[in-house]
Amino acid sequence: MDTVAVVAASPAATPAMPPRRVLGAYLAEARSECLRYLRAPGFMLPVTLFSTVFYLMFGVLPNHPGSDAARYMLASYTAFGVMGPGLFGFGVSLAIERDGGLLTLKRALPMPPGAYLIGKMVMAMVTATVVVILLLALGLGFGGVSLDPPHMLAMLAIGPFGVLPFCALGMFVGTLIKGQGAPVLLQLVYLPMAFLSGLWLPLSMLPKFLQQIAPAWPSYHLDQLALSAVGMRSGPLLPHVLALLAFAVVFLLLAARRLRRYG
Amino acid sequence: MTDTIVARLAAAAKRYGPLTALDGVDLAVRRGELLALLGPNGAGKSTSIGLLLGLVRPDAGRAELFGFDPQRIEARRRIGVMLQSANLPPTLRVGELLRLTMSYYPDPRGYDETVALAGIADLLKRPYGKLSGGQQRRVQFALAMCGRPELLFLDEPTVGMDIEARQKLWAAIRALVAEGCAVVLTTHYLEEAEALAQRVVVLGQGRVLSEGSVDELRRRVALTRIRCASDLDAEAIAAWPAVVSATRENGHLRIATARAETVVRRLLDADPALSELEVQRAGLAEAFTELTRETAAEQEAA
Repeated sequence: MDTVAVVAASPAATPAMPPRRVLGAYLAEARSECLRYLRAPGFMLPVTLFSTVFYLMFGVLPNHPGSDAARYMLASYTAFGVMGPGLFGFGVSLAIERDGGLLTLKRALPMPPGAYLIGKMVMAMVTATVVVILLLALGLGFGGVSLDPPHMLAMLAIGPFGVLPFCALGMFVGTLIKGQGAPVLLQLVYLPMAFLSGLWLPLSMLPKFLQQIAPAWPSYHLDQLALSAVGMRSGPLLPHVLALLAFAVVFLLLAARRLRRYG
Repeated sequence: MTDTIVARLAAAAKRYGPLTALDGVDLAVRRGELLALLGPNGAGKSTSIGLLLGLVRPDAGRAELFGFDPQRIEARRRIGVMLQSANLPPTLRVGELLRLTMSYYPDPRGYDETVALAGIADLLKRPYGKLSGGQQRRVQFALAMCGRPELLFLDEPTVGMDIEARQKLWAAIRALVAEGCAVVLTTHYLEEAEALAQRVVVLGQGRVLSEGSVDELRRRVALTRIRCASDLDAEAIAAWPAVVSATRENGHLRIATARAETVVRRLLDADPALSELEVQRAGLAEAFTELTRETAAEQEAA
């Protein structure tokens, strides 16, 4: 009893948290986020089925002999599919957890700084990778697409990297709205943005004005990377990588500012 | 018993727009004590807890946790928290939630020990979302104390619990206090504060109305309750001198007065057939009502 009292009297002498345990807390948080969403069909089914079913219907089942349609659409539906886990995994869960008090509890608990967001980010990266693998399996197995190993690796890298700007965008939307309104708002971002970036119809089929503003959408840049990964586009990658990183940083800062102000 | 202070509000004030939630509150939580924070809705209990947890920043004054700014993680590693409403991830199992929360702390209590103390052994494999409200509260309590905290915040911990579960939780809280853990408890159940608290702080309209032991608080209100079976008219009795209130409930008269002896003598004179006479000191509930009613009256007069 007395020794405990001494600890309290000198605030500097707090029980130290060994670095191993801090790392363990980050890992535990990321593991929990992955587990809870992998077990939530309400999240996993729409996020994985949206892009794969569309790809199956428009890219794989219609036979396009001698054309590269299945290959082209593998790229655009990969971009479309990778957006989902970021936007919905981050946006919807943040909006609901701000509403339901979980975020408040986490802020009161000694969770290491950022573990909450890093956990969600890892979850979105894992889910995006799952989506890419499903699309690859469809394209390679049934769509007659062939990719050499370097291109396969490039496709697999698109998932965890490409999801990041959409995590940040989803997080920002999640700070604008609380609770169940978030999914609706996110659909209003997701679907038009996919359309305007040429993920459903090739950009060349859209009006000239829409073609010109396409680089304003992060999904456009993601599509360019995906097209390179399936070998349907040549040209520098760096501008698109930088554009995606810039979107990620800007939305992350906007979201962090709102979270600090309004919680 | 050392008088070390583990958490403190000093002249803390907080406004939300035109609404003053806290108006210069001084509050100190001492090591190892159970402090109950009482007050009607809107009195400033949640804001006080929010300030001590670093969830809300004071507009004026200070909030301290173990001498630190409450937002410092070093301070929060020494506390445990059970908030009024927290929707934990429904698909995670209870055991997984417990292990996750334990990972945040430098020296958590053993897994099995926490499970036993919170009485959740039968829930470990179940998803949190499938539990009843009372079971969820038990899990939240386990999460609050799994880090072996020196200070535990319990915000309305027994809401939604049946009597048996509530008694068990009380026993667990007493065990923690016996270990030297300080507890800040807010509750709507005055009997809960009466059963557990060493010190009671009553808040009203963002100010501290009263502070002291349960007995001291009760003494502040000199009311006594009289209950008896009689045919006398309640309204007439209510007009007697020194009678604060008189009502009839289920054939019994209930009278509140500051001078029980005088009123009882007059009652017996007025109705020789009077029976089942009970005279009881006011409980915390009466004291509390009286305190908050006084303040409301003062406010209206001002």
